[in-house]
Amino acid sequence: MDLHSYRRFKNRLALTVSMLAMGFGLVWLVWILATTIELGIAGINLHLFTQMTPPPGSSEGGLANAIYGSVMMVSIAVAIGTPVGMFAGIYLAEFGKHTWLGSTTRFVNDLLLSAPSIIVGLFIYELVVARMGNFSGIAGALSLSLIVIPVVIRTTENMLQLVPNAMREAAFALGAPKWVVIGRVTLKASLAGVMTGVMLAIARISGETAPLLFTALSNQFWSADLDKPMASLPVTIFKFAMSPYTDWQQLAWAGVFLITIGVLFLNIAARFLFRAKHKQ
Amino acid sequence: MSSFLGLNRHRVGDWVFFNLTRLFALITLLLLLGIIISLIHGAMPAIHKFGFSFLWTGDWNPPAEQFGALIPIYGTLATSVVALVIAVPVSFGIALFLTELAPPWLRRPLGIAVELLAGIPSIVYGMWGLLVFAPLFAKYVQPLLAATLGNVPLIGVLFSGSALGIGILSAGIILAVMTIPFIASVMRDVFEVTPAMLKESAYGLGSTTWEVVWNVVLPYTKVGVVGGVMLGLGRALGETMAVTFLIGNMNFFNGFSLFLPGNSIASALANEFAEAESPVYTASLIELGLILFLITLVVLTFSKMLLLRLSAQEGKGT
Amino acid sequence: MKIDKDLIMHGITDTTELETQIALRNFNFYYGKYHALRNINLDIFKRKVTAFIGPSGCGKSTLLRTLNRMYDLYPEQRAEGQLLLDGKNLLDKGVDLNALRAKVGMVFQKPTPFPMSIYDNIAFGVKLHERLSRVEMDERVEWSLRKAALWGEVSDKLHQSGMSLSGGQQQRLCIARGIAVKPEVLLLDEPTSALDPISTMRIEELVSELKDEFTIVIVTHNMQQAARVSDFTAYMYLGELIEVGRTDDIFIKPKDKRTEDYITGRFG
Repeated sequence: MDLHSYRRFKNRLALTVSMLAMGFGLVWLVWILATTIELGIAGINLHLFTQMTPPPGSSEGGLANAIYGSVMMVSIAVAIGTPVGMFAGIYLAEFGKHTWLGSTTRFVNDLLLSAPSIIVGLFIYELVVARMGNFSGIAGALSLSLIVIPVVIRTTENMLQLVPNAMREAAFALGAPKWVVIGRVTLKASLAGVMTGVMLAIARISGETAPLLFTALSNQFWSADLDKPMASLPVTIFKFAMSPYTDWQQLAWAGVFLITIGVLFLNIAARFLFRAKHKQ
Repeated sequence: MSSFLGLNRHRVGDWVFFNLTRLFALITLLLLLGIIISLIHGAMPAIHKFGFSFLWTGDWNPPAEQFGALIPIYGTLATSVVALVIAVPVSFGIALFLTELAPPWLRRPLGIAVELLAGIPSIVYGMWGLLVFAPLFAKYVQPLLAATLGNVPLIGVLFSGSALGIGILSAGIILAVMTIPFIASVMRDVFEVTPAMLKESAYGLGSTTWEVVWNVVLPYTKVGVVGGVMLGLGRALGETMAVTFLIGNMNFFNGFSLFLPGNSIASALANEFAEAESPVYTASLIELGLILFLITLVVLTFSKMLLLRLSAQEGKGT
Repeated sequence: MKIDKDLIMHGITDTTELETQIALRNFNFYYGKYHALRNINLDIFKRKVTAFIGPSGCGKSTLLRTLNRMYDLYPEQRAEGQLLLDGKNLLDKGVDLNALRAKVGMVFQKPTPFPMSIYDNIAFGVKLHERLSRVEMDERVEWSLRKAALWGEVSDKLHQSGMSLSGGQQQRLCIARGIAVKPEVLLLDEPTSALDPISTMRIEELVSELKDEFTIVIVTHNMQQAARVSDFTAYMYLGELIEVGRTDDIFIKPKDKRTEDYITGRFG
């Protein structure tokens, strides 16, 4: 083989392998989604939303308490995490660009963004559960909120940076003080982007299991009391999937189906929302 | 007519708003310190009892109140290494495909698909891995690996033993699938910052796509690529649920075969923490968490610094 | 404010009917260590249009942006000397920038409508400085839109987004937003450079009408524009004010060789 065709061959080979790598990635996505849909849909029925999780020894039941617990804890986590993240993100983008606090916080936030979520669970255990003396829904919500905060900080900062400086100057030129400029003009201009971040954060925490294991624990019964252990979809799935009973596994598949569909929907919707807003 | 001098309500608003945002930024910063301090505090009983030997003791025996971190540390590192061995070349291929090869109209949907892979919750990976992947893996793939790689000297021992489906290897494979999107998207982003002029001049000399990527793009972005790999490693080390389902939760060391079950720090915590009775048991688990947190912080800091260096280099270039 | 006798040096001999609104005295400006404006002495007259011209990078926009202390947003920028508005030095400590900017409005090179309705775009600035009833606010919005020659085009869609307008309309909206605050001075930073010729014409007409009520300072790289709309023209080069005078004088018989070169080069 002469040099020229050897180089061409090497190029072809590399490109083929790269295509295969792409295929390899896609296969898992399709495979996981297909199984989830196939096995999950079979378990979808009204009982899922009306009945409680089955007690040991029984196979009859649904996921009502787990769904309620998840919605509850996710909502509280977002309600706490969004404002905290937005304020901190505003600081990073509008005030702390060149300050010591700004750059350190930005760095630390990136670490928190990728830090193991189970550690957050341990932290809240130490901070809340060990002090209160029992597992609780509020502890679960708090640990989820600590996962929301870095996501919202990052998107808020990035989105504020996309707002053209001319818009800020125009508002200042009218005599607006900085807090009005940020609150009524720049933040408003980047609201769609920030909402995208919040949606991605919701998607992320709806499937989070590890931080709930020893904060909210789980609850077999209906409980709306935030001071008591609280069921959640991911923890229930964990329990049931690890069990040897096919009925329980079926419930777990149904739960996985709900979470996966929800999470994928949020992911895709967030992208479209962002794109629609920034196409103008 | 308002006067130019003096305070007004806007100044108060500015002061309050500025300090409010600064307070929350500070809280985020203190969060990291708070986590470390609370973990050290919680781990104190175990640190007092076992000292540094905790790190290299392989005995994890709750009834005897004897604890050592070696097995979970080994399991954490082994699964992460397996994950990286698979994920790095695949991610490189995906990034190469997405930046150089795919027709423009395909880039966006494929990019989103890769990101969706990152969006799937880890509990889904875990359950799917245990109930769908592991049985097939035991039936078809493990015997094949044992028959081929198992006979290669030196690495053969890694692929020996009975095909259980679960174990360090299968946990590592699922972990690889989960880290691919993180590494691939960093690689894609850093490949895209390579100045077009640099690539064009290489193409202008008659280079093939592969030669441009291997000889120009990769050297230019290598800091960022390593940063991406480190980010993936950071993710893999702390991944909990998927590993918990697949690793087998075995606290004994039976050999170096990757077919064997083991335990990782995160899955030890997930499985045992809520049931740990004695204070020393709980403290030992918290100390495991502390070790995991410190390792991931070092890895992630390293990753972040490499990525910052690439963007600084890019800033200088223009 | 009294006219400074220095002006005679600048070639303005007939000062009847002129009243100084803004005066710069030994004014210097720095971007970090870079000395961007050198020892500027200049008077800007009440209810007249003053144009700043000069090659790009000469400091004309920088000078304009000092007049409402826009540079305060950027910590590395600073000014020295005197910048007098109605006799008060704006560089003094404790000057309320928000009140200053209510008095000195600004319109930018590219239209900058805020992400809100046309009505709210205009009400935004007014609400910062005055408390008006609903009816008064409606009147103010209409008044400013009429002044900006936009009322006819938008009166039936005041609650649509300001972003939905065309570029020329957006720029007139920004002018309306600026005058709704009832400033005394209006700064225009190359207001037509991003617009088509027809929109440019309308803005130029608008400037001529607005000078009955406002002191206008306009930066432009287009010399015909300066000649058409302004009463006074200041030529700047490399951070220095080379020459200032009545527009007719500057364009017909410039005193400085550099001004002449610039003008003839551009007109030729």
